[in-house]
Amino acid sequence: MSDVFLDLRNVVKQFSGVRALDDISLTIRSGEIHCLAGENGSGKSTLIKVISGVYRPDAGSIAIDGRTVPHLTPIGAIRHGIQVIYQDFSLFGNLSVAENLALNTELQEKRALVNWKRVHAIAATALERLGVDIDPASEVDDLSTAGRQLVAIARALMSDPRLLIMDEPTTALTRKEVETLFRIVRDIQARGIAVLFVSHKMREMLEISERISVIRNGRKVAEGPTSEFDEPKIVRHMTGHDISSETYHWQAPAGDVPPRLEVEKLTLPGKFEDLSLALRPGEIVGLSGLLGSGRTEFAKALFGLESGCTGTVKVDGKPVVIDRVETAIAAGIAYVPEDRLSEGLFLGQSIDRNILATTYAKIATATVIDRTKAAELAASSIRAMQIATPSGEKPVGQLSGGNQQRVVLARWLLTEARVLVLNGPTVGVDVGSKAEIHKIIRRLAMEKDVAVLMISDDILELVQNCNRIVVMHRGRFVETLETAETSEHRVSDMLTSFR
Amino acid sequence: MEKLGFDFRRLIGRDNNIGQLLVMVVLIIAVMSALSPDKFLRYYNFESLTYLFPELGVLSIAMLVAMMTGGIDLSIIGVANLSAILAGLFFHQVIDRAALSAGGGTGWVVVGVFMSIAIGALAGAFNGFLITRLRVTPILATLGSGQIYTGIALVLTGGPAIVGFPEAWDYIGNGKLFGLAVPFLLFVAIALGMAFLLTRTTFGVDLQLIGTNPKAAVYAGLDRAKMVFLSYVLTGTLASIAGIMLSGRTNAAKSDYGTSYLLQAILIAVLGGTNPAGGKGTVLGVSIAVVALMLLSSGFQILRFSNHLIDFIWGAFLLLVIVVNTYKNRTR
Amino acid sequence: MTLFRRSEVVIAAILFTAMILIGLVNPAFWQVDNLFSLLRSNVVIGIMALGVLLVMLSGGFDVSFPAFAVAAMYLTVHGMLLTGYVGVVLPFAVAILIGAVCGSINGFFVWKFKMIPLIVTLGTGAVVRGLLLGVVGTSMINIDRFPPVLIDFAKAEVFTLTKADGTHSGLTAMVLVYFALALGVHLMLRHTMIGRSIYALGGGAEAATRVGFDLKKTIFFIYCLAGALAGFAGMLHCSMIWLANPRDFVGTDLEVIAAVVLGGASIFGGRGSVIGTMLGVFMLVMVKNSLIIMKVDTTWQLVVVGSIIVIATAASAWRDRGRKA
Repeated sequence: MSDVFLDLRNVVKQFSGVRALDDISLTIRSGEIHCLAGENGSGKSTLIKVISGVYRPDAGSIAIDGRTVPHLTPIGAIRHGIQVIYQDFSLFGNLSVAENLALNTELQEKRALVNWKRVHAIAATALERLGVDIDPASEVDDLSTAGRQLVAIARALMSDPRLLIMDEPTTALTRKEVETLFRIVRDIQARGIAVLFVSHKMREMLEISERISVIRNGRKVAEGPTSEFDEPKIVRHMTGHDISSETYHWQAPAGDVPPRLEVEKLTLPGKFEDLSLALRPGEIVGLSGLLGSGRTEFAKALFGLESGCTGTVKVDGKPVVIDRVETAIAAGIAYVPEDRLSEGLFLGQSIDRNILATTYAKIATATVIDRTKAAELAASSIRAMQIATPSGEKPVGQLSGGNQQRVVLARWLLTEARVLVLNGPTVGVDVGSKAEIHKIIRRLAMEKDVAVLMISDDILELVQNCNRIVVMHRGRFVETLETAETSEHRVSDMLTSFR
Repeated sequence: MEKLGFDFRRLIGRDNNIGQLLVMVVLIIAVMSALSPDKFLRYYNFESLTYLFPELGVLSIAMLVAMMTGGIDLSIIGVANLSAILAGLFFHQVIDRAALSAGGGTGWVVVGVFMSIAIGALAGAFNGFLITRLRVTPILATLGSGQIYTGIALVLTGGPAIVGFPEAWDYIGNGKLFGLAVPFLLFVAIALGMAFLLTRTTFGVDLQLIGTNPKAAVYAGLDRAKMVFLSYVLTGTLASIAGIMLSGRTNAAKSDYGTSYLLQAILIAVLGGTNPAGGKGTVLGVSIAVVALMLLSSGFQILRFSNHLIDFIWGAFLLLVIVVNTYKNRTR
Repeated sequence: MTLFRRSEVVIAAILFTAMILIGLVNPAFWQVDNLFSLLRSNVVIGIMALGVLLVMLSGGFDVSFPAFAVAAMYLTVHGMLLTGYVGVVLPFAVAILIGAVCGSINGFFVWKFKMIPLIVTLGTGAVVRGLLLGVVGTSMINIDRFPPVLIDFAKAEVFTLTKADGTHSGLTAMVLVYFALALGVHLMLRHTMIGRSIYALGGGAEAATRVGFDLKKTIFFIYCLAGALAGFAGMLHCSMIWLANPRDFVGTDLEVIAAVVLGGASIFGGRGSVIGTMLGVFMLVMVKNSLIIMKVDTTWQLVVVGSIIVIATAASAWRDRGRKA
């Protein structure tokens, strides 16, 4: 089974002068599970769109089954047997499972009338083929994420594809659901269908794939059989820098200083249980855990975004009640969300406004904003965070990912937060900025005695920047590791053992 | 002078929409003057506009406030009429006819103004409650509440207009101060106040941020529900001020006055650069837009177009604005 | 369990309860005369509501249809008077065509410029009504000039009852026209691909494109059909009241939208049905009718309609609160 199905040669794609894809070649053989690895913003999604005919490359060629396809269109790609399962699944939440499955077929056969008997028959066959038990009459909005994904896979398989592209398929799945998914992916492979598995999670790549291609900044930087890769190697290719042995050293402050943040027996039924943790001034504590371990819920609870928590939270020794975002901010807690674009930034607004969003209330007398002070604060933040912009009046959307993340961090610095909760602080940030952001976080901890809780999928990031790593599993803290006495391997081995 | 000119250029540079609107105003004046030089360019024509456009201008600013958070307020006309009618009924209760025709009741007018504004704020608060607490979409919430306000106005009057407002009330819509129309001065004051409120206070900036990205607003610790609620209270308040101006100018209040103002207020807000999806819009842009469109319709009136045709032109203009905005965004 | 999750069942239950209550307060409600006139009042609003349902299913919003209905009816009747044409089929066909052409303008703006449908339809509504009143005229066509052929057509009754006192009461045949159209729209929505594409568009435009629906076709179809239904409803309306008034249907938009929302359609698109809409229309008409037979002053109607919109939307927002998480 080594005949080549898809062959991309020297593909280039530019967007307003920026090379999103820079001379990429990629070969996918029939029936192989191929992993496309890369950080967010590395060009993965652009590449998928080129393969599925959505974008036309500016240069380079695409060959399918050895024949060059000059103008690949979305419909052409589907005819050639290329199916994409997007992260949002592209399902109709208001329609039944059966109809979602059958719409494609009905459309392709150019039917004018709907025969519901046939729709249900098509759906039943599709679900049977995948070997899953979902009621075809149920509405898609009533299914779980995993259920919706299975419907999307079942739908993609109906057209007898040759290549199935899955874009970050494990993002919203629990570990158990990931296992089911992997079983199904191997099943699909057994039928001779190639699977292109797009991910930035190394463990999953190593587990599922046969070949790995790594791209970085729009270029392919490595390709080979999975056996030639290990996690550090993938990381090195993905991030472009070597694993440095430099770690964060934290000195316990002299005297009896109460912890910046002290959490005791925090419980949110169904999400996490009995969490106790103390963060001393200047500490950077990593929080590691698989998706669904409850780590994001814990972080959100600290920021007043989850209601129904029991337990106590103390900041600088004083008990605080955190029931809303306002109370969390008043207590000195800051939260940098996972999804910068949808949760962190006001894209149409200026950099200044983005930085000052939370601070305006403080620099206003009787709600009238002190403009001189606002301008000063914004300018000094831009300088301190080294945000690359000629003016704070420029829209924040024009900044790069790294600079945008600095804007979000700058916002919280101005609130004089004493506890900083970072959820994926460098997701989608280019390599250079990543190191810079790490430096800023460390400096905050060391110089301003801020306590930092850092959540990340990137274990290396945690090992490098934290003095302690707490491992979370099934809603509990299961282990605390001193970074000085541990290694990336140990943490990832531990996470692997949870599967 | 030097500095002023510089500031002005900067203003246009920052928001090219303002520049385009100014060009439009000049074009309208030029074309109308060419078509009907003897009538259009008369001082009287411009003066009468300063009585006519303020009420629509205030309504358009109210629409801008609602659109700032991505909402809309379809109840402004109902609120305007209801508050004017209640004030009229109040005057009829407290001031006897003889005193009214003799020009009395100035003291009561102050009470009436406060009452009208309070009713506007209350009506707006009800909209805000429906939208933020019961989570009804703004379109449907204000569509329904607008019916209720108009309906209450109809029940109170039984249909015919309430006539006979005190003289001081009419002064708000008809009077002259320092040789300028009172409603015009009122509009300038409101526009300046609103511009200040929307750009220089935490309330205004919060509204813009919420309209840009409601989710990020929550993560940034902004009190979304409270701010949106307050924005509808403000919208209702502005609508009631427009109601006072309208009833003062016509010396009457009726449940179905100014129904064509709704479309016009939306058109002016959109033309003035307000993004109906939220986050963007300036009082200056809306103010220039209202002047431009009033000049346009007064020009057509002078050219003896019927009111219906002018309605048509407003509608066509709204569609044209949509087309132009689309192409403008495309080239960007 | 699943039965009660269907909003139609809930609406029907509320409707049934309301009918019993109204009947208890005022037994005159159940009189055949009243029921017949109730059904008669359903026809025009109901046909318009079918059009609004289509638009709402796609996630759109339409306030232009009353203007289209007026334009179709007034232009057609005007044309009949000018040409002296005697007939029924052609005038209705013309009215439908006028409505469809107007609707296509909506479709064009919504599809081409991706503008919020509320603002588009506000504009097109003003344009059409302004042109009609400004160019064609503002005078009513009264009974003395109204084409008799249309009056005769709309007078047709399905069956007639002769009561003890010798008076007649009949059920207008227009009800059948309404039911036939409703059935047609239902079958279209349920059993044709274009109908399913409307639901798909309401479920998500992006997903609909990816599956391979031609959204241009769907959007034009929706707005043209909605316009055509409005045109037809307008023509039927003037035939039933023997009067073509170019200022008619002011405020009808709100009533119809209220009825459709009451019938369980979601303003976000993708959810709603013909049967629900018909029930919503019936409910709205019944409430208004009951106000009259309970001798409540007609000035209260707006308050009641407004309250119905507010309560119905608040209720459906409450129902959907967990849905779009």
